[in-house]
Parts: sequence; C-alpha cells; structure tokens
Amino acid sequence: MAKLLSENFYKEMGKLEPRYPSKVALLLPALHEAQKETGWLPPEIMEEIGTYIGIHPAQVREVASFYTMYNLKPVGKYHLKICTNVACCLRGSEELVDHCKKKFGIELGETTPDKKFTLMEEECLGACGTAPAMMLNDDYHENLTVQGLDKILDGLK
Amino acid sequence: METYKGETLFIQHFKNEEARSLDYYKKKMIGYESAKKALAMSQDDIINEVKKSNLRGRGGAGFPTGTKWGFIPKQSAKPKYLVCNADESEPGTFKDRDIMRYTPHTLIEGMIIGGFAIGSNVGYIYIRGEYTREFTLLNEAIDEAYKAGYLGKNILGTQFSFDLTVHRGAGAYICGEETGLLNSLEGKRGEPRVKPPFPAQSGAFAGPTIVNNVETLASIPFIIQKGGEWFSKLSKIEKSGGTRLLGVSGHVKKPGLYELPAGGVTLRQLIYDYCGGILNDRKLKAVIPGGSSAPVLTADEIDVIYDIEPLQKIGTMMGSAAVMVVSEDYCMVKLIQRITKFYAHESCGQCTPCREGCKWMEDILHRIEHGHGREQDLALLLSIADNINGKTLCALGDAAAGPVSSFVKKFRGDFEAHIRGKKCPNA
Ligand SMILES: Cc1cc2nc3c(=O)[nH]c(=O)nc-3n(C[C@H](O)[C@H](O)[C@H](O)COP(=O)(O)O)c2cc1C
Ligand code: FES
Repeated sequence: MAKLLSENFYKEMGKLEPRYPSKVALLLPALHEAQKETGWLPPEIMEEIGTYIGIHPAQVREVASFYTMYNLKPVGKYHLKICTNVACCLRGSEELVDHCKKKFGIELGETTPDKKFTLMEEECLGACGTAPAMMLNDDYHENLTVQGLDKILDGLK
Repeated sequence: METYKGETLFIQHFKNEEARSLDYYKKKMIGYESAKKALAMSQDDIINEVKKSNLRGRGGAGFPTGTKWGFIPKQSAKPKYLVCNADESEPGTFKDRDIMRYTPHTLIEGMIIGGFAIGSNVGYIYIRGEYTREFTLLNEAIDEAYKAGYLGKNILGTQFSFDLTVHRGAGAYICGEETGLLNSLEGKRGEPRVKPPFPAQSGAFAGPTIVNNVETLASIPFIIQKGGEWFSKLSKIEKSGGTRLLGVSGHVKKPGLYELPAGGVTLRQLIYDYCGGILNDRKLKAVIPGGSSAPVLTADEIDVIYDIEPLQKIGTMMGSAAVMVVSEDYCMVKLIQRITKFYAHESCGQCTPCREGCKWMEDILHRIEHGHGREQDLALLLSIADNINGKTLCALGDAAAGPVSSFVKKFRGDFEAHIRGKKCPNA
C-alpha cells in the first residue's frame, strides 16, 4: 500500500524513537504529527500508524478515541474551541459561544457548510487568570470580548 | 492595593520575554550553578536538603517531595524515570504554564538535579496537548541546555548522563492523575492504574518512577542554591516551605498569578488586599479555594490562612492553589452543574461509581437549574456523592463528589429556591 504519511513524518518519528524504551510510546506523538499533516485522522492513517508502530489499527483507534484533541472526523479550516469551564463562565464565555452559534448558524460540535469554521466548547485551557479564553487552531486568545472575538474572526480568510 | 515586597522566586521574571533564554538564566538567575553543586553532592545529601526545605508537592496533594524521592529504591534492575507532570488540567490552575514559558530553565535544572538524586538518566515532561506554544518554548530551552552540555552524556564533565524529552498529551483531564499520565506516556489510554504498586516501585515502563509537578521541580534549583533551611523559612507556616504561586480567577478586580510565602495570607487578604476585591464592588458569594475539585467556602469562611493544613481543617483543600471567586449575582446551582459536567465528561469510565454517579449528579443538577427539580433531589445528590467518595481507583471520584456535597450543604437555600420556584431565580 502506498504511504499516505510524508517522509517528514517518518523522519520525525525516527528522531523520537531512541527517546523511549518502547515503540508504542510513539503513538501519541505519531497521532499528533499525522494530524498536523492531514487535519484529522481517517482510518487509513490510523492503519498506517499501526503498521509503523507494530500494533493493530484497532489499538490505535482505541487510544486515539480516548483523547479529545484527536479529530476522528474532519474539522473546518478554523477550529474554535471556547473554554466554558468555571473561570471562563464567570467571565462571560457563554456569551461568546452564543455569539458564534448565531454568527455561523451552527451548534456546538458542528462545522459550517463551507468547511471554514468548526465550533466547540472546551474544558479549562489553563488560562483562567486571563479568562475568557479560547483556542483558534493552535493559538490561544485570552481576555476575550464579543467585539474582540469578531475582530479576530472577521480577519480570517 | 497590596503587593508583596518580600523574596519571591519566579514571578519577577514572568511576562518578561527575555527571561526564557539561557543567557538570561545565567546572568539573572541560577544558571545551572545548582546542578553543578548537586552533581558534587551525594544523592542522600540532596534528598536531605529537599526534606529540610519542607517543599511539598505543588500538583495538588501536597506530599513532601524529599520523602517521595526517598521511596525510590537505590538498586533497580529496571531503569528509573523522573516524570514532570505538566498536564495542568485542574480547572482554575494556570501557574505551570508561566513557569514553562518564562523560566523553562528552572524546570530543566530541577529535573537534572532530581534525576541525579534518584539515580535516573531519563526524564520526561508530560505537557498538556493544548500548550503547543509552551511545548515549542520548552523544546527550545532543552536544545539550548543540550548544546551547553547541561543535558546529555557526562553532564558538566561528570559521570552523570540525563536525557530529557517533552511528551504531549492530547486533551484528557485524567492524564493529570499520575498513573493515568504514565499510561498515556506509554502510548495507552490515560486510565489510572490500581495502586499498589506505586510509581516509586513500578511506574513508567515498569521502572521505579517519580512524578512531580512543574512548580515542585522548578523550586529545586533554589533549594540547592541557598539551602533547604533558607527555603523552609521563606514560608510563614510550619511544615510547608517556600513561596507559592497562587492563581486567582473569576470575579475579582485583578485576576492573575500572585507569588506569596506559603501560609502568608488569609483568603480574605488575598481577595481584597491583593486582588482589589470583588468585580464591580459586588458582595462575595463563594470561593472555590483549590481548583474545581476543592469543596466550596462561603463568604464568611475566608478568614482562613491560605495553606494546606488550615484549609484541610475547615473541610476543603489547597489543591493546586487555584482560587476561584464568585460574586453574589452568579447562580450557585448553575455553577455546580458546570463543574459536575466537567467531571462527568472527564471520568475515564473504569469505576462504576464515578462513571455513573457523575453523570447522574449532572443530570439532577441540570433539572434543578432548569426548574424541574424535586424535593427529594437534594438528599439524592448527597447520597450519590457519598457513594462515589472514596470508592474509586483514583481521586477523580472524590474530586467530583466533594464539590457537590459542599454546594448542597452550604447553599441549600439556593437549591430549594430553584425547586420550589420551579425556575432559576436569576433567570
Ligand atoms: C484527577 C486528578 C488530576 C490531577 N491533575 C494534576 C495536574 O494536572 N497536574 C499535577 O501536577 N498534578 C495533578 N494531579 C496530582 C498528581 O496525581 C500527582 O499527585 C502530582 O503530579 C505529584 O506531584 P507533586 O508531588 O509534585 O505535587 C492530579 C490528580 C488527580 C487525582
Ligand atoms: S476556566 Fe477557562 S481557561 Fe480555565
């Protein structure tokens, strides 16, 4: 079967391998690296990771599905994760969620039809002192207001 | 407003974008001089110094670090490991993030010393997956340390070698629990293990392992530099050494991190003198004093000294030193429902009382908040909480049960108003 993951993926894994006494420990790093390339983790990719590590694809899936950061279905180009845990709630994060729902016409967990935005609620991001906080793809945005959020979103292409 | 003028370890370097470089660390901080000193000491002497310092784990349980290190067997057929818990997932907690992004070398140096003290040549920093920027910054600092000969083979010309790798989690609160973390590090689901065996006997990859929080390990270079006794005297309370990074969030005027001597303030002083009081000068309703797992306190319980034992005495805990402040206008039922939703979502599902009980509590709280509660629901909530508490493999169950019982007991009137009025009075 032709490989779906890039040469760079295998190079990165090769660098990490000597760092661990067992190859299975590469599973989380491999899932992260793969998701960086493909945006989400389709079954073929998990199978390829399983083959590389030497475990059954079902074991890859069993582990991947335990963690919320691994996307088991495609997500939009911009992935919004708004924290709605205690500190953010106290500082008005629900307003941000409602605003996004209206703006995009989608519910939590959904993606806009043009595949541009995915909206999710997130547990505490470790930014409670600068709440409310959200992640936009890999980046943190803190001390958010509805106006501030709009400015960020309207600047996205 | 009050600011602390005494000695602090970390906070003066935070928010300074230059502080993370090795160059700054050498000029303005410890600069691996403590590692040099420690590598010339015996393992027992290092552990004794840490014992003398009264350093207690900053991850939540407050276990004395020197004592923990002493549990590692001297001889072991399997390699030993030092693992840093940088999962920082207890809601309300945001201190380790600043250590990693502003003073990463304190953590790296602490791990070198810790590794040497327990006889380990391999360390991992398990960082929560969301901290992508901190992951990159830590790796940059580790690269610097390798290049300068502080990590890798024959550190500073000694026989000691130590390799350090940052391992990313992927979004799961339970991976902050140390054995869940170890499973996750090994490439498994982050499900906590049955204890015993404790990690010190059989931890990462079945080798003897110490798991310590970021702040705990980052304090070590200071202890070696100036001595355990000096560190123990930084605090204002017995049995708890050093300063603590306190994270205050919610309805205060000045949320953020504060570094204060352990036991140096009461909760009231922290909230009113340091954080400027309650937002919009409203009245205080409640304080969650140690991350969302800590039982709640009412406004008239805040004259307590903010440290491990005094909080324990009044039935709550200091946990990860995360203080969440709630003003009078926020609905307590809504708040505990949100907290419980978190635990229901994060329960790994191995233990029935936790898996089922958290979900039941969430459902009941949801119906009370939305005006469908029944008179008998409060007794039912207390009974479910009681059936979770102490009956699970790890402390996530207790973390979910304690807040529910405390909210129901201390704010019973608020719950009853919802049930009798058939709606949230705030809605
Ligand atoms: C559900 C749960 C979540 C935890 N989360 C964290 C965490 O995010 N960070 C942390 O350092 N410790 C966490 N702990 C505590 C760890 O299990 C462990 O006690 C700690 O990392 C030990 O380090 P210390 O002795 O330096 O505090 C958690 C414990 C439980 C039960
Ligand atoms: S509660 Fe939102 S970042 Fe902590």
